[in-house]
Amino acid sequence: MFKAATEGQKKIVTVNRLIDGRVMFLGPGNRWVMHVTEAAVLDDGAELEAAMAFGRAEIAARQVTELYPIDVEVTPEGPVPVRLRERIRAEGPTVAYGEAERAPLTAGSR
Amino acid sequence: MYRYDQFDHDFVNARVAQFREQVGRRLAGELTEDQFRPLRLQNGLYLQLHAYMLRVAVPYGTLSPAQMRMLAHIARKYDRGYGHFTTRQNIQYHWPALGDVPDILADLATVEMHAIQTSGNCVRNVTADHFAGAAADEILDPRPYAEILRQWSSLHPEFVHLPRKFKIAVTGAERDRAAVQVHDIGVHAKRGPDGEVGFAVYVGGGLGRTPMIAHKIRDYLPEEDLLSYMEAILRVYNLEGRRDNKFKARIKILVHEAGADAIRDKVEAEFERIRHSALFLPEDEVRRIEAYFALPELPNRSPVSPSLDRARAADAALDAWVRQNTVPHKVTGHVLATISLKPIGGTPGDATAEQMEVVADLAERYSAGEVRVSHEQNLVLPHVALDDLADIHAILQANDLATSNAGLVSDIICCPGLDYCSLANARSIPVAQKIAERFADLDRQRTIGELKIKISGCINACGHHHVGHIGILGVEKKGEEFYQVTLGGSGDEHTAIGEIIGRGFAADELIDAVETIIETYLVHRTDPGETFLAAYRRLGQAPFKEALYATA
Repeated sequence: MFKAATEGQKKIVTVNRLIDGRVMFLGPGNRWVMHVTEAAVLDDGAELEAAMAFGRAEIAARQVTELYPIDVEVTPEGPVPVRLRERIRAEGPTVAYGEAERAPLTAGSR
Repeated sequence: MYRYDQFDHDFVNARVAQFREQVGRRLAGELTEDQFRPLRLQNGLYLQLHAYMLRVAVPYGTLSPAQMRMLAHIARKYDRGYGHFTTRQNIQYHWPALGDVPDILADLATVEMHAIQTSGNCVRNVTADHFAGAAADEILDPRPYAEILRQWSSLHPEFVHLPRKFKIAVTGAERDRAAVQVHDIGVHAKRGPDGEVGFAVYVGGGLGRTPMIAHKIRDYLPEEDLLSYMEAILRVYNLEGRRDNKFKARIKILVHEAGADAIRDKVEAEFERIRHSALFLPEDEVRRIEAYFALPELPNRSPVSPSLDRARAADAALDAWVRQNTVPHKVTGHVLATISLKPIGGTPGDATAEQMEVVADLAERYSAGEVRVSHEQNLVLPHVALDDLADIHAILQANDLATSNAGLVSDIICCPGLDYCSLANARSIPVAQKIAERFADLDRQRTIGELKIKISGCINACGHHHVGHIGILGVEKKGEEFYQVTLGGSGDEHTAIGEIIGRGFAADELIDAVETIIETYLVHRTDPGETFLAAYRRLGQAPFKEALYATA
């Protein structure tokens, strides 16, 4: 989801891992990290361009897919995506699922 | 139930082998994502918000215990221990790894299931009334025709690259539980004056960004002509449907732009040309397929069950469940029992692997080996003796499957929304959960009576919000989740598209707004027998607008 660049907007870069589709972010030293707070915060310019170039090489090396940059806000805990969609994508569903979903239901109905 | 013959087995196994090779080539770098995407989509594999998603077809919503157990096995072995039953009688797994998908498909093939044509611009899983072959009010079991349509449309070479996806639903009862009028083609199986089988054919319905109610272009099509007529419709659409604009490519737009009469004329002309071709349906072949769907031998039973009556008198929860979640069966002393996948506060349509296995066991022991998946995202035991209901209820209760809310305000249809879907603009599951929690008191739900709330997290309308008595559409407004509310929709034999009631609501206003709408209905209804939908149709928007916006 490319957004028009705004002055000084910080960015991170995200992909899906090819083998299992899991969301990853580019961390410092061009390592893929699983958690958004560990992502490398990039200036919207040469830094982002270099990160995207690395991502494209990783696509070519069939490690990842669906490369794109995300707008983030920088907080003491690390980068937080600006858009709700990207926050949910980074953190996982906001609702419990599977056995974790059943636990409170069971507690509530007994 | 239908059983694969050698051709079907070979066909599905060949497809699994083909996809295994394609996945191997993708992982080896021989295929780019752009090359691979159409291949994976043809096998029901999406890349969603968090991971891949595999959509498995449950043809016409009928499952055997072995099939249900396999769905549980896949959830446990390859996914995160659960699956999500969808509004098109499919099941979706939200977390499979690409490398595992060929094995998943191979496992599915062992129980005669697949994910073919659950995505892409082709004829999708043919859906049917989830009470088919069992409901007391049914004229004909639509599933033999759904199966015939499945065979005809599977990898039909002319129709694998249509302008857009194509959905067919079939019903065989006057009470339409399959929402045939909001499908690309709706088939209503019925009997002619002399008892012979035929079909009313509806074309050009659909939801999505441009909701349309289908037009009936044939009141009575003889049984033998079913495939010729379907082929004629698909051919006209394939040739004339728009390919220049994805948003105008569904057959509903063609029917709308050309006019139903013009489309009927073209379909009829093509039909006349091909009706005596290889597509002619021989009667013995129809009867052969029909035999697979024969009503199971159910012993004659009394229309009343003293043991059930005693148990109901002693157990209010059982009494409520029997009253709300069972409907009359063709065979005296039996019912169809709806297993709600809408626990208060849960995700509509989700079931854990363990719950799937429980349902499989129940089907085997108590329901002649059959389970159904409804487009309302519930499961159904279609052939249950009254005498067994108390035992079934106890087992369901122990497994969080006994919510007595079929057709009530908490029995909400809901798409995965922004919690899972990469197309969504807003979350829908938390909205469904909060509405259900607000109305958690079952006495209150029963006082309100039949009320269908349907929620979509984007304009594509997988949650069928246009045909909700109360429809909720999530949008993104200035970066925030925002919800439009429509009233008066319905997806039955009196199909109507809901009307937007007014300005939308922020997430923190929405549940109050829904409650206001429902309280307004309760104040204005003539008597408890007047449903929300009937009251809305009588009253119009005015009292609801007044209640929602007058003080704003």
